[in-house]
Amino acid sequence: MHDDPSGPPAASVSRLGLGFFAVYVLLYGGFIGLVLARPDLMALRPFGGVNLAILCGLGLILAAVVLSVAYMIARAGR
Amino acid sequence: MLHETSPLAVGIFAAFVAGVLWLSFRLGRKGQSAQGYYAAHGQVHWAVNGIAFAGDYLSAASFLGICGMIAFHGYDGFLYSIGFLAGWVVALFVIAEPIKALGKFTFADALDARFDSRGIKLAVAVSTLVVSIFYLIPQMVGAGSLVTPLLGLPHWAGVILVGVAVTLIVVTAGMVSTTWVQFIKGSLLMFFCGLLTLLILARGLIVNAGGEGPIDMTPQVRTVRPDGTVLVDGRPQTADHDLRPVGTLATLPPRYGQARSTGPLGPLAYLATLEDSTVVTWKKTTHADAEGSHQTFVPEERPAAELLQPGGYFQDLAGRTLSGRLNFASLMLALFCGTASLPHILIRYYTVKDAAAARKSTVVGIAAIGGFYVLTLFLGLGAMTSGGLDPTDTNMAAPLLAKSFSETLFAVVSAIAFTTVLGTVSGLIMAGSGAVAHDLVENVCGVRLTDHEKVRVGKLAAIGLGVVAMALGILFKGFNVGFLVGWAFNIAASANLPALVMLLFWPQTTKQGIIAAVSVGMTASLAWILLSAQAFEKIYGLPGSLAPMPFSQPALVTIPLGFLTLVVVSLFTPRRA
Repeated sequence: MHDDPSGPPAASVSRLGLGFFAVYVLLYGGFIGLVLARPDLMALRPFGGVNLAILCGLGLILAAVVLSVAYMIARAGR
Repeated sequence: MLHETSPLAVGIFAAFVAGVLWLSFRLGRKGQSAQGYYAAHGQVHWAVNGIAFAGDYLSAASFLGICGMIAFHGYDGFLYSIGFLAGWVVALFVIAEPIKALGKFTFADALDARFDSRGIKLAVAVSTLVVSIFYLIPQMVGAGSLVTPLLGLPHWAGVILVGVAVTLIVVTAGMVSTTWVQFIKGSLLMFFCGLLTLLILARGLIVNAGGEGPIDMTPQVRTVRPDGTVLVDGRPQTADHDLRPVGTLATLPPRYGQARSTGPLGPLAYLATLEDSTVVTWKKTTHADAEGSHQTFVPEERPAAELLQPGGYFQDLAGRTLSGRLNFASLMLALFCGTASLPHILIRYYTVKDAAAARKSTVVGIAAIGGFYVLTLFLGLGAMTSGGLDPTDTNMAAPLLAKSFSETLFAVVSAIAFTTVLGTVSGLIMAGSGAVAHDLVENVCGVRLTDHEKVRVGKLAAIGLGVVAMALGILFKGFNVGFLVGWAFNIAASANLPALVMLLFWPQTTKQGIIAAVSVGMTASLAWILLSAQAFEKIYGLPGSLAPMPFSQPALVTIPLGFLTLVVVSLFTPRRA
């Protein structure tokens, strides 16, 4: 048994992917932070009579789909 | 509640399950080699694999658990939708391509690709088994909940039915048929949930739907006597004297005047109108005495706006206690990190031919799963106001919502939910049987198996896992299945994610570090869960206040603990032997 000295296969993780990941972490972390710090803001109804809690949830789902499709297109174009 | 069994429902249900089993046997002929059995020859088309990801992932928890939690507790159920999908972002951007490049059959292959260590294989195989079993429990509980109203069978019969059917699927064909079962199930689930959502919006909001006149606000009591007989409000439970269905809208916004129905609404208008309405929710309390155990349901009219914000299920969050907030943050962290650590999701990357196909199938999966989770919000809220919920079982909200439209739709939705369970359970048993045959028997114990023997050992392991899953499914009756899956995510994320991430990004990682991180993360999260207030109350029947753990979701502590363990052990062990 031995450790392979060639190092971790980090090269196969794309920098682009990590960038997209960082964007999503900010969005997701921002939502959790907001719920924890100012739960009262969740009752605000900024758009279409729908409250901020639901808009944030739908927005996070949409952001995941949009980022993943953008990533696929960007990687296919390389 | 007692539910009448309709021959039509039973017929449709039987046809669905028979169809799935037939397909499985037919495809089974293709999967006889080890490569075919465990990885479908690595030749599944990425689009099929993407929908199969959705079929694999959209388990009983997503369909039955989330809908039920939204229907009974409001927005907090939707937090699970948000977190379950967010986890896919980790899978796509960080894990998908390297894991495809590193592994062959199982998750242990990937983690062990650099080291060829028996210790890693053992630790990862055990963690795969623990996570798979924890994930299996809610699926089995969901199956048990489903057959009660559909077939008129007791909970345990449903658990055994699904256990036998799934074990048959896995034993006959392995990954090829598992993939197709998941593909079909994923497609059907999304189609029919889309249809249900359209029906909900077309119906709009109705005051006291399914009832007449004013809402009956008298409390209800269900008593189970020591001899097993059931009383409702002090009299024996019969078809004519049963708990009243719950889940009703009490008032519409003032702009509707005396009208009792809004008529068809668009998606945003539905949410906005509901927010200005009031609903009746039922608070459940339980107590036991010499006459038996009593569940008391007390109605309360509340502004729906209260239920459309966080805090309905995680009540401490609304109360703003520190432990409540930590519990919430911990759950959201577990959901985010858990998906990319689930063995049955990770093995699906070995069924496609290369890293590009792995990436594309993940994107298809995310789009399908994201669309589905948007629908869960409407399904849950539709159920909350459908007037047809069973107050004793949160897991039945989605099928009973379908029943409020038609008996046929109820049968179809129940059958799909059951195939949902079949699809996910078969994926989990595949992951577990791979861990036993490939990792434990062959790599850890060093038993050399021929191709044929490897498949046979996998099938024997699948039977064993099926039996364990059935037993636990009966034991955990009464839990919300979404909540149970949350626990599986906690264990998966704590045990597997630190090792996976550090292996990819930290060159100093050693095999001892990986073994320690997996073992400590798994043991700590499992111990935490078993010592939490929820486990005390619902598993051991003890007061939750006796539990030593301050909150029930361990990820916030045990994921960092896994990373810390890996770093410390790696720094103190030599990188090369």
